[in-house]
Amino acid sequence: MTPVQQMATPAATVRTPSGRRGRPGEPRRVAYLYILPAVAVFGLFILYPLIRTAQFSLYEWDGLGASSWVGLANYQAVFSEPQLRGAFVHALVLIVFYAVVPVTLGLLLAATMSRALLRGLGFFRVVLFLPQVIPMVVVAIAWRQIYEPEGPLNDLLRFVGLDSLARPWLGDYAWALPSVGIVGTWVGTGLCLVLFLAGMARIPRELYEAARLDGAGPLREFVAITLPSVRGELAVALTLTVIAALKTFDLVYVMTSGGPGTETTVPSYQVYNNAFLLGRVGTATALAIVLTAVVFVVTVVINRIGERGQR
Amino acid sequence: MRLFTRTSTRWGAAVAAALLIAACAPGDDGGDDDATEAPAAGDVQTDASQLGDITLTVWDQEVREGQTEQIEALNAAFEEAYPNITIERVSRSTDDLRTTLRLALSGEDAPDVVQANNGRPEMGQYVASGLLTPLDPYAEAYGWFDRFPESVRALASYSDDGATYGEGELYGLPQMGEIVGLYYNKTKLDALGLEPPATTEDFEAALTAAQAAGEIPIQFGNSEPWAGIHEFGFVQNQFSDAETIRNLGFGRPGSSWTSEDNLAAAEATVSWVDSGYFVDGFNGITYDSAWQSFSQGNGVFFVGGTWLIADLASAMGEEVGFVLPPAGASGQNLVTGGISIPWAIPANSDAQDAAAAYIDFITNSDAMTAVTEAGNVPVIEADQQTTEGLQAEVFAAWAQAGSEDLIVPYLDYATETFYDTITAAVQNLMGAEATPQQFLDTLEAEYTAATGS
Repeated sequence: MTPVQQMATPAATVRTPSGRRGRPGEPRRVAYLYILPAVAVFGLFILYPLIRTAQFSLYEWDGLGASSWVGLANYQAVFSEPQLRGAFVHALVLIVFYAVVPVTLGLLLAATMSRALLRGLGFFRVVLFLPQVIPMVVVAIAWRQIYEPEGPLNDLLRFVGLDSLARPWLGDYAWALPSVGIVGTWVGTGLCLVLFLAGMARIPRELYEAARLDGAGPLREFVAITLPSVRGELAVALTLTVIAALKTFDLVYVMTSGGPGTETTVPSYQVYNNAFLLGRVGTATALAIVLTAVVFVVTVVINRIGERGQR
Repeated sequence: MRLFTRTSTRWGAAVAAALLIAACAPGDDGGDDDATEAPAAGDVQTDASQLGDITLTVWDQEVREGQTEQIEALNAAFEEAYPNITIERVSRSTDDLRTTLRLALSGEDAPDVVQANNGRPEMGQYVASGLLTPLDPYAEAYGWFDRFPESVRALASYSDDGATYGEGELYGLPQMGEIVGLYYNKTKLDALGLEPPATTEDFEAALTAAQAAGEIPIQFGNSEPWAGIHEFGFVQNQFSDAETIRNLGFGRPGSSWTSEDNLAAAEATVSWVDSGYFVDGFNGITYDSAWQSFSQGNGVFFVGGTWLIADLASAMGEEVGFVLPPAGASGQNLVTGGISIPWAIPANSDAQDAAAAYIDFITNSDAMTAVTEAGNVPVIEADQQTTEGLQAEVFAAWAQAGSEDLIVPYLDYATETFYDTITAAVQNLMGAEATPQQFLDTLEAEYTAATGS
C-alpha cells in the first residue's frame, strides 16, 4: 500500500451520500487528536520509563558514573543469585497470605453474612473494610509494635499461659515472613469481603429457593449457586491481592528491612536496595522488569480463567 | 485492515522514537564535565561577604536531639555574619539522605553543601564518579590542614579515582567526633558491687553477675540491622588488633577475616548470645526502642555511639556512664568510630566558594563550642571545652582514644556493598543461622574479591 492510496481514501468518501463523515463507525483522523492527551501521558510516564528501565537492565551501572554493556548478565543474576531468587520465593509465600487466605475468608464470611439477615451488617462491613483505608506505613508501624518482644501479642500469649509461643516475631527466622504475611491477610480480607458481598447481592433469591426445593443444603447452595455467580468478583479479588503480594514493599521496608538475615526480602525491596543503596542499577532494573513480567502474566492468567467461566 | 496497518506503523514509529531518545547509555549525559577544574589556592575567595547575593542549599541529616538546634544556631550565625548569603536547609534522616543524595549529586542542579557518609559505599563512589569537589585548595586557603589532624582528614580522603581510601585529596570535613563505646547504668552496676569493666575478663564477669541478679546484661536492638555492625565491632575490638581491623574496615589488602582472632571474636559473640547476655529477641527490637528501654532501666550495658549522649543524658541524668570498650587481646581499649558524617561540596554546585566558607564556619573554634553546648563531641579542641556529667565522661574517652590512637573504622566502610553483606551476616550469626566459620567465610569472600588479596 502506498501513501498515495491512503490519502485517496478519505477524499473519495467525501462524495458518498453520507457526506464527509464516512461510514458510521469508520474512524476518522481527527480521532487521533482526541486520544492524543492520554497517549502523551501514557507514553511519557509509563512507556518511556518502561523502555528506559529495560535499557538500563542491559548495563552494569552504579547510578552515578559511566556504564558498561553487559547484555543479559543482570537477568542471569536475578535467577542465579540466591538472595534475588529468594526474594521471589518469599513473594510466592506472601501470595498465600495476601491472596489465598483473604479470598477464602472473604468468600466464607460473605456467604454467611449474605445468607443470614444480620443486624448491623453495615457496621461489620465498615469494620472489616477499615484496614484498607489506613495507609500501609501506619499499618506497618502499628503491627511492628504489636509484634515486639514485649509487645501486646506476646503479652496476650503469656497472659493465657502460652509462654512457650511468645517470641520476637519479626526477628525469628521461621516466623518473620508469616508475621508479615498475616498483616497482609488482615488488610486484604476486608476488600475481598466487600467485593463478594456486592457480587452476592446480585444473585436472585429465587435460585436459592429453587435449590432448596430440590433438597440442596447450605454447602451445595454455596458450591452450585454462590461460587459460580461471583466468579467475576473472584477474578478481580485475586488479581488485586496477588499483585499486592508480588509488589509488596512498604510492610517489609518498615517492619523488617528484609531481615532477619534475608528472610523477608521481597522483589520490590531488592529493587530499592540494589538501585538506591548498593548502586547496582542494572541488577535492580532487571529485577524490576522480571517482576513486571510476572505480574503481567499472573494477571492475564487469572483473568482468562475468570472469563472462561462466565461464558 | 487498513486501519490496523496504519496504526501499527504509527506505533512502530512511536516506539522507534522512544528507543532513539533512550539510545544513549545510562550515565552518559553527552559532554561529560567531571573535569570541573578545582581552583588553585590563590583563586579561592575566602571573604564570603564579597561573593554577592547567594542562596546556599545545604542538605544535612542532623535530625537527632541536640544536633538540630546546633546546626540551626550555626546557620543563623552564618547568615548574620554574611547577610548576602541565604541558607536553604534541607534536613532528612540519615537513611533518607543517603537514598536521595545519589540522584541529587548527579543532577545539574546539585545542592551546594551535603553530608555524605565517608565510607566507600557513599563518598568513595561519589569521588570515583567525579561528583565531589576536592577540598585541598580550600584547605590551604582556610588552614584546614592545621585545624584538623591527619587522623581525622584521612577518614574523608580518597585518591581521585576513589580506589584508595585514607589518603589522597580531602573531600569532606566533619563537625563531630564519634565513637561506639559502652554505656552503663551506674545504679545497677553499683548494686552489683562492680566497677565499669576495664578488660574483657571484667566485662564477662559483670555480664555473669548481672544475669545472676536477674538483670538484662546487654540491651540491644538489631531489627534495623546496622546496629549489628557496632555490636560485632565492639566484640571484635576485644579480640583482634588495630592493624587487622583497620585493613578490613578500610578495604585494604593485608589481613584476613578468617584469622584466628576474628574467629575468636565471632565465637565469643555466639557464646554471649547462647549465655543469654543479650536481651531476649534482639533481632526483633528496633534500635530506638533498645536505647529507650535501656534509659528506662532495662539493661546494665548498652553498646552505643556518642550520638546518643544528648538523648540518654536527658532521659537518665546522673544514672548513665560511658567508657571505652574493655581491653582484650591487644591490651588496648580499641573503639569503633571516627568522625560524624562529613560535609562535602558537590562538583555540580554553582556556589563552591560560598560552600567552602560555610564549611569553614561550621567547623571553626566557635562552632566546636556550639557543638559541645548542644551536647555532642566536637571533632577537634575537645580538651578546650567545659563539660560535666555524661558528656565529661565521653570527652575523657574521646581524648584517650585520640591520644592512644585507639580508633578503628566502621566495618562497613570496606567495600561498596559491604554494608549489605555484614548487616545480614551479623543477624545470621547472632540468630544462630550461621556458624562463626560460615559468618567469616561470607565476609572474607567479599573482602578478598574487593582487595584482590
